[in-house]
Amino acid sequence: MPRSLSRLDADLFADYRRLSGVADELFDAEGRMRPVWQRFVHRFARLSPDEIASRFERGNHYLRDAGVYFRQYSADPLAERDWPLAPIPVILHEGEWQTICAGLAQRADLLEQVVSDLYGPGRLVADGHLPAELIAASGQWLRPMVGIAPKGGHFLHYLAFEIGRSPDGSWLVLGDRLQAPSGAGFALENRMATGRIFPERFPRAHIHRLAGFFQDFRAALAGLSVDGGAAILTPGPSNDTYYEHTYIARYLGLPLLEGEDLLVENGAAKVRTIEGPQPLGVLWRRIDAQFADPLELNADSRIGTPGLVEAVRQGRLAMVNALGTGVLEMRAMMAFLPRIAQVLTGQPLALPNIATWWCGGEAERRYVQQNAARMLIGPALSPDLPFDADGASPGLPADWSEEAGARFVGQEAVALSTTPAWVTEDGQPLSLGRVEPRPMTVRVFAARTPSGWRFMPGGYARIGKAGDATALAMQKGGSVADVWIVSDRPVPNLSLRPAAGNAFRRASPGVVPSRAADNLFWLGRYVERTEDAIRLIRAYHTRLATTDNPADPLLRRMEAFLPGHGIDPGQPMPDALLARIGAARACAGKVRDRFSVDGWAALVDLHRTAEETLRAIRPGDDAARGMSVLLRKITGFSGLVQDNMYRFQGWRFLTLGRALERADALATLLIALAGPDAPEGSLDLAVEVADSTITHRRRYAVETSRESVVDLLALDGDNPRSILFQLRVMRDQAATLPGAMENGRLAPLSRALVPIEALVSVLAPAQVTEARLRRLRRDLARMSDLLTDAYLR
Amino acid sequence: MIYDIALAIDYGYAARSDRSRTLMRLLPPDLPGAQTVLSRRLHIDPAPDERRDWLDFFGNATTSAVWHTPLNALRISVDLGVERLAPPPLTDLSPALADLPAALAAVRDLGARSPHHFRRPSARVAQVDAIETFARALAGPRDTVIETVQSLGHALHAEMQFDAAATSVETGPAQAFAQRRGVCQDFAHVMIAGLRALGVPAGYVSGFLRTEPPPGQPRLEGADAMHAWVSAWTGPATGWMAFDPTNDQWAGLDYVVVAQGRDYLDVAPVLGSLRSAGGQVSRHSVDMIPRAD
Repeated sequence: MPRSLSRLDADLFADYRRLSGVADELFDAEGRMRPVWQRFVHRFARLSPDEIASRFERGNHYLRDAGVYFRQYSADPLAERDWPLAPIPVILHEGEWQTICAGLAQRADLLEQVVSDLYGPGRLVADGHLPAELIAASGQWLRPMVGIAPKGGHFLHYLAFEIGRSPDGSWLVLGDRLQAPSGAGFALENRMATGRIFPERFPRAHIHRLAGFFQDFRAALAGLSVDGGAAILTPGPSNDTYYEHTYIARYLGLPLLEGEDLLVENGAAKVRTIEGPQPLGVLWRRIDAQFADPLELNADSRIGTPGLVEAVRQGRLAMVNALGTGVLEMRAMMAFLPRIAQVLTGQPLALPNIATWWCGGEAERRYVQQNAARMLIGPALSPDLPFDADGASPGLPADWSEEAGARFVGQEAVALSTTPAWVTEDGQPLSLGRVEPRPMTVRVFAARTPSGWRFMPGGYARIGKAGDATALAMQKGGSVADVWIVSDRPVPNLSLRPAAGNAFRRASPGVVPSRAADNLFWLGRYVERTEDAIRLIRAYHTRLATTDNPADPLLRRMEAFLPGHGIDPGQPMPDALLARIGAARACAGKVRDRFSVDGWAALVDLHRTAEETLRAIRPGDDAARGMSVLLRKITGFSGLVQDNMYRFQGWRFLTLGRALERADALATLLIALAGPDAPEGSLDLAVEVADSTITHRRRYAVETSRESVVDLLALDGDNPRSILFQLRVMRDQAATLPGAMENGRLAPLSRALVPIEALVSVLAPAQVTEARLRRLRRDLARMSDLLTDAYLR
Repeated sequence: MIYDIALAIDYGYAARSDRSRTLMRLLPPDLPGAQTVLSRRLHIDPAPDERRDWLDFFGNATTSAVWHTPLNALRISVDLGVERLAPPPLTDLSPALADLPAALAAVRDLGARSPHHFRRPSARVAQVDAIETFARALAGPRDTVIETVQSLGHALHAEMQFDAAATSVETGPAQAFAQRRGVCQDFAHVMIAGLRALGVPAGYVSGFLRTEPPPGQPRLEGADAMHAWVSAWTGPATGWMAFDPTNDQWAGLDYVVVAQGRDYLDVAPVLGSLRSAGGQVSRHSVDMIPRAD
């Protein structure tokens, strides 16, 4: 055992052995601990198992509280998994890192040259450096993009490279990611979490910060979008890395859009907002190119925008990265890049890629066939890394044939380096873990800036679950570690300082995409409908529990009108209630980037409680108590929205939705329970459902009468549970929406609201007849239509 | 032979469609040695707020039309004068099927007419085992490519029945072949799948077919609407050759080409995106009459 290690707590590293035939991050080829790790290991090894466990827990806590998740593709498309952080970072010295980045900068420039040739003159194919058959077969070589020069002059702006260390200690490129590379946002979260785990000033002061990279990228995006805004285009909430899209959007202050949010008019891309179409100059797309435009690309796409290719063709929209750059990701490309580098630059690749042979060529096919045992052979067109999901396996595949050669590549089966990982047996507490070597790859992010390629210093490594590299994929239980690029000296601490001068303009918080406003409006409506239903159901079961008369007229009355709300009184947890909660959650899920993590968590908790914990409640007391639980949870959500949500335009739509729905529910309640034929006790019930029992006692100091109840629930402008109060909320919100005044006149929505509010404010209780209430409900439905027409299309 | 061609397509929308964007591929190109366009006019009613014309990747004249206000109905009409030149007599200089891969490997080209685009399954023509088996049973390795094209087209014509009610524009070749019924689009897709399975690059051609046959000849199937047939790459000497499996003949003097691509989707006469909740109905009619000279 090396001397430097023998001084440490032997238990922690007792199992740590450099595996034969592979490089290791902790130990060099001579078995000496690499200097860059020493101080970290020294500190780490001094911690007791319990301290280690509680630190790791702290990291996981942070991630859970921050709501970091990814989606595991499975039967349930919305199943979320906690972010699988590997707590021990990978540590690299800045000198080694600079060498890596220099090699990758050369590669990035080369890739730019290749892709601009493939969409331009086509010399590489004509000269035989790339096979025409291979390019034509790629689903990512997008024919409609041929001949279109990208706005700003470059195809590639934001790349990721997957690299690994080979047994001789040198680095290899395993894959190029330029379609829509993910991970940079997760890297930020990795860094936040490891900061909780290892808070010591040393080594923290020596670790290169990530923020500067994002600053430069943000400025570069702004530079591309001089004639319009910048935004992020996401495939939507069912994507596996949607969390990251929302996170990055918030971090960079960019709107997060879906295809439906965009339209193309006169060759320019615009965002549909509640203030009308707004110009857009650059899109950082997180969707695969072929789905971007159903008209000119994949006709089956449901997440694209018709005409987007037209906006690109007109030079009005820059795409990061250009549509069609995904062609470079296919594995077979690696077979040709070394030679292309020589041809185009006269230089070899400074950082070689994994040795690859495309089996469409006869000589290559023969070579792969003869050396199949030490190759990973898999689909030529796939962008996956050699050992990833659909990946290749050693030896000739079952469907191998001479004619089908063009479908395959062989790639040298490289044994990746190992790095220390904290390993516990299934079900074991963290404190019983051990440090063991696990294979790893590092993802390196690069952004084009006016002064050249800028690299994110570390942040993201994938760690294999088991000893061999086939288990690297997160989908197969792999995990992700922070990567520290460590300097010999303390590094300057630049957190996200305000961008200087004209480098960046924050998108106005007032610009809300119509789709987001629509979802917020309906979220407000569903939340209010849910609360209304909970109160009604609770009132019913409370009554059920306190009467032994099954013919109780008030019960009969409720059983008659609950079905009008879609509620089956025979179900203690009615399907209709679950459906409303589900609808609210679905709306919220589509605008998660506009919520606090806590607000979302409250809604998820409500849903889960209703679906699971309270699914089997019994009629009577049990159901009434269950409803009280739900009520507390939903008012918790409402409180968060009311207290914490920024008063941007989107909030107004949420508020309008709630007010409209509450006014409508009150009108419905009064129709059912305050009519002349209502059975005894109805008025008390109405006051109870409207949560106004105490107020009624205070205000009227008498028993309920029709007049007092109508006055309180319809006409009292100080009672938040009155129709008038809610109409005033609507009137006030409508007055602050964009375009509320048109040429000095009220816009249609306000014009319709003002007289209704005025009328209700002068009514006497006796004038609030059933007919008037019904008319009011029709008016409210019309408000919803007016709002939708004006803002939400 | 000079033809006057008139096409009219009518759409009616059940619900007003918001912000429509449409791509049209309705205007024939000049094809050296095969056809010359004397006049062409595309009329759109109501007139779109935006219109652009360009050549797509495959060289097809493409028109995009955008309306900023909702549409209830749409009429697209095309008037053409096209001279169709007599094809040269057929001389089979194509390689044997077994030698085609070598010929293809020598083609270092990704231009519009490169055979490489037409070798693999495409958006609307998947690989279909049943079609592959059918095609393989017909083709011998020493048959020339041209013989192969002709025998597959002939066999499909014998095997499948023309039936306008059996399929829709969405039907894929697997289903059309399974039921042995379909229209020209289905015949073409099935034949393309078969040729590609044999290693012969094959594409889809949309166009017009002479409405009334020359005296003494039978009326051709598919003449009442836009027609579709198949183009196959038969080797470096003979290049692309067009065969009509619906009518079991080489596409000759009676045919006018409008657009060419890998399958229907590349050449769809009208491709639309309409934000509309309701359904739509369409009618379309074609007349292709030899000009009296």
